[in-house]
Amino acid sequence: MSSDNKPAGRLIKAPESFLDAAGVRQVFAEAKAGRRGFIRQAFMAASAASLAPVAMATSNPLATGEGDPNILNLPEHSKGLGQPVVTDGYGKPSRYEVNVQRRQSPGLTQTAQASVSFAPLQSLFGIVTPSGLHFERHHQGWWDIDPSKHRLMINGSAPELLKRAMVFTMDELMRLPSVSRFHFIECGANTGMEWGNVAVPTVQYSHGMLSCSEFTGVPLRILLDMAGVDYKKARFVLAEGADGSSMTRTIPMEMVENGEVLVAYGQNGEMLRPENGYPLRLVVPGVQGVSWVKYLRRIEVGDKPWASKDEAIHYMDLMPGGQHRQYSSIQECKSVVTTPSGGQVLLDKGFYNISGLAWSGRGKVRRVDVSVDGGRNWRSARLEGAVLAKCLTRFNIDWVWDGKPALIQSRAIDDTGFVQPTYGQLRTARGTRSIYHNNAIQTWLVEEGGEVKNVQLS
Amino acid sequence: MFSCPKPGRALLALLLSLVASAALAQAKAFEGVGRTATPKEVAAWDIDVRPDFKGLPKGAGSVLKGQEVWEGKCAQCHGIFGESGEVFAPLIGGTTAEDVKTGHVARLNDRAYPGRTTLMKVATVSTLWDYINRAMPWTAPKSLSTEEVYAVTAFMLNLGGVVPENFTLSDQNIAEVQQRMPNRKGMSLDHSLWPGRGLTTVMKADTRNTACMKDCVTEASVASALPEHARNVHGNLAEQNRAVGAQHGADTSKPAGSPARSVTLVAAPSRAVVAKPQAPMALLNKNSCTACHGMDGKLVGPAFREIARKYGSGADAETYLAGKIRAGGVGVWGQIPMPAQALSEADARAVAQWLRAGAPK
Repeated sequence: MSSDNKPAGRLIKAPESFLDAAGVRQVFAEAKAGRRGFIRQAFMAASAASLAPVAMATSNPLATGEGDPNILNLPEHSKGLGQPVVTDGYGKPSRYEVNVQRRQSPGLTQTAQASVSFAPLQSLFGIVTPSGLHFERHHQGWWDIDPSKHRLMINGSAPELLKRAMVFTMDELMRLPSVSRFHFIECGANTGMEWGNVAVPTVQYSHGMLSCSEFTGVPLRILLDMAGVDYKKARFVLAEGADGSSMTRTIPMEMVENGEVLVAYGQNGEMLRPENGYPLRLVVPGVQGVSWVKYLRRIEVGDKPWASKDEAIHYMDLMPGGQHRQYSSIQECKSVVTTPSGGQVLLDKGFYNISGLAWSGRGKVRRVDVSVDGGRNWRSARLEGAVLAKCLTRFNIDWVWDGKPALIQSRAIDDTGFVQPTYGQLRTARGTRSIYHNNAIQTWLVEEGGEVKNVQLS
Repeated sequence: MFSCPKPGRALLALLLSLVASAALAQAKAFEGVGRTATPKEVAAWDIDVRPDFKGLPKGAGSVLKGQEVWEGKCAQCHGIFGESGEVFAPLIGGTTAEDVKTGHVARLNDRAYPGRTTLMKVATVSTLWDYINRAMPWTAPKSLSTEEVYAVTAFMLNLGGVVPENFTLSDQNIAEVQQRMPNRKGMSLDHSLWPGRGLTTVMKADTRNTACMKDCVTEASVASALPEHARNVHGNLAEQNRAVGAQHGADTSKPAGSPARSVTLVAAPSRAVVAKPQAPMALLNKNSCTACHGMDGKLVGPAFREIARKYGSGADAETYLAGKIRAGGVGVWGQIPMPAQALSEADARAVAQWLRAGAPK
């Protein structure tokens, strides 16, 4: 059991002379005598005693001797009986994964109900965010709503905008033809703390209001067709939540007409999580998360936008000159390297796989370039798997670290030809006080000691 | 208008009937799904108010009445004058009589002015009315009467110098008040970030980077990084990274440059850690206790730890605290009242027990 609790992975490289010749002879003699415990202790003591100022550990050292005790001494799990089925009716991650958690950014909000938790992007693979690690943003706390009592209403700002106002139960919504699609969701304020300067240490806090799931639901178009909406007059849609804040946002009818706006109940093969709007939320691909109204109770069609609280007080971009950009909703093309990233340590020189995420609210990612010299020279990365519209795309690129300081950046290009901007370009266009829609190129500084820091260049 | 020969007309009629039957077929395909909403149902949920005041219920409320409602239900979080930033961003402040004239809040352009209040930003009075009506007070949304919503809106506008003290806001004069909103001309639609047509005026993106690949002009030097003293502000980053992988987390509990080996010492969690007595967070959150009480620091009310320190040793502390939670009170910790809480005796006791145990995390 106890060996099970020790972290696997890297060991500190021991100096050549960590055991003197006599010591080595004694260890071998004891080994012949079959005293394995003595061998293990001898190696551990020698390792702990090595005081040489090595900052770097090697990946997989083989100490002098017969080999790695993790191989030579069979662990409990190779020699005993394991756990039965259904110890957990709903399985959990390994207990060794306990560091992989959603987290609040200290001091960002005063209350925990009107707040944010950030997804641990530095620990995720591929493009799908495990539902339990999906970032959270609540305006008035989350609820676990009884789906048998949840209703969706469709109505109009004026009677002539549709044939009839309608009500649907969850049973009915789940009877309708469904679609399943992968999309990213990003808060409009993601990376918002970094507009003026570096404010947070890791990619979790700088970019973690970003998640990606397979959503299942009904195209909103089907419901509006059933209600007989007059699409000539009704050019806007209001979505409203059932929670305390009953949050509202205006959506353009064009996005409903082309079938991409979904009334969704499914997320990654199961129902939505309560924190993400169970049992029903709006999916508005490519648009900032605040429009993906959770606990969705009502859709109203109208001929004008609504200027709701989250489009007239918040989620507006303050421009130089003092005007606010209103109804700014699209999340433009953006990318970030997730490993190596801020707050991590490279354990040795040599080969690394630089890995990250790219996305665009306007369509597909066409290409991602990576620089390790602060943007002077770039190489195009490999895009993994299916590259989908308005969805995260995973990119990877080989890198051999020579142990010298490096400035790692990624730059995404989407299928409109738009190239992700530098901080300089973004600030020239929008100043530094916008809070929202920061899609600048991120820089990670790899220091000589291997530690990675969040930095901004100028 | 139509002067085509009869066969043409017949064809047109046939086409029209085909279109109609296709629509019918579509509707029939979803037969048995959904029903017509009753007028009462629509009235119960359709509460939104637009900038042109579509949806605004008839009614009125005075500044004076608003002050009364404010001090009872709003000031706890927003401050007596709407100025407090303790719980939420401040609502009132930063606007001037000149702004009321121009319709532009001048201080939005003043980089030295700290923060942006709601009244500095909002252009539309309907937005205030709508959100107060649907979402306030924070722990009891939708509990205000129509008169109270008018009154609170009037009171806030008075605090901001938009309407006089003797003003009564109503559905009749709200459009005139709109013409006095300090930032009414502060919105811009000159951008390309609206995902529809016809609302915003610009088609092109406002940044134009190019994908240079070799010997590009760079932003040469590091201009911003976290100061060394902020190294551990977000907690130990070693514990925020997986214990295995190409990179480990930096041990930020130690100064930078410490041997990287420390990161290999992140122990897997022991069961004992998980089993430590924990805060009844579900209860605290469910009953909105955490809206006003923090773990360690004062928010609206005292921190749980402060309460635990004050009462933890008393013999009847549990009974006393459970009673206080359910009955509410004022004066022990200051002049902001704690309303009576509608949780069960058993739940109140569970919270009280935890407080008596010193409020461990």
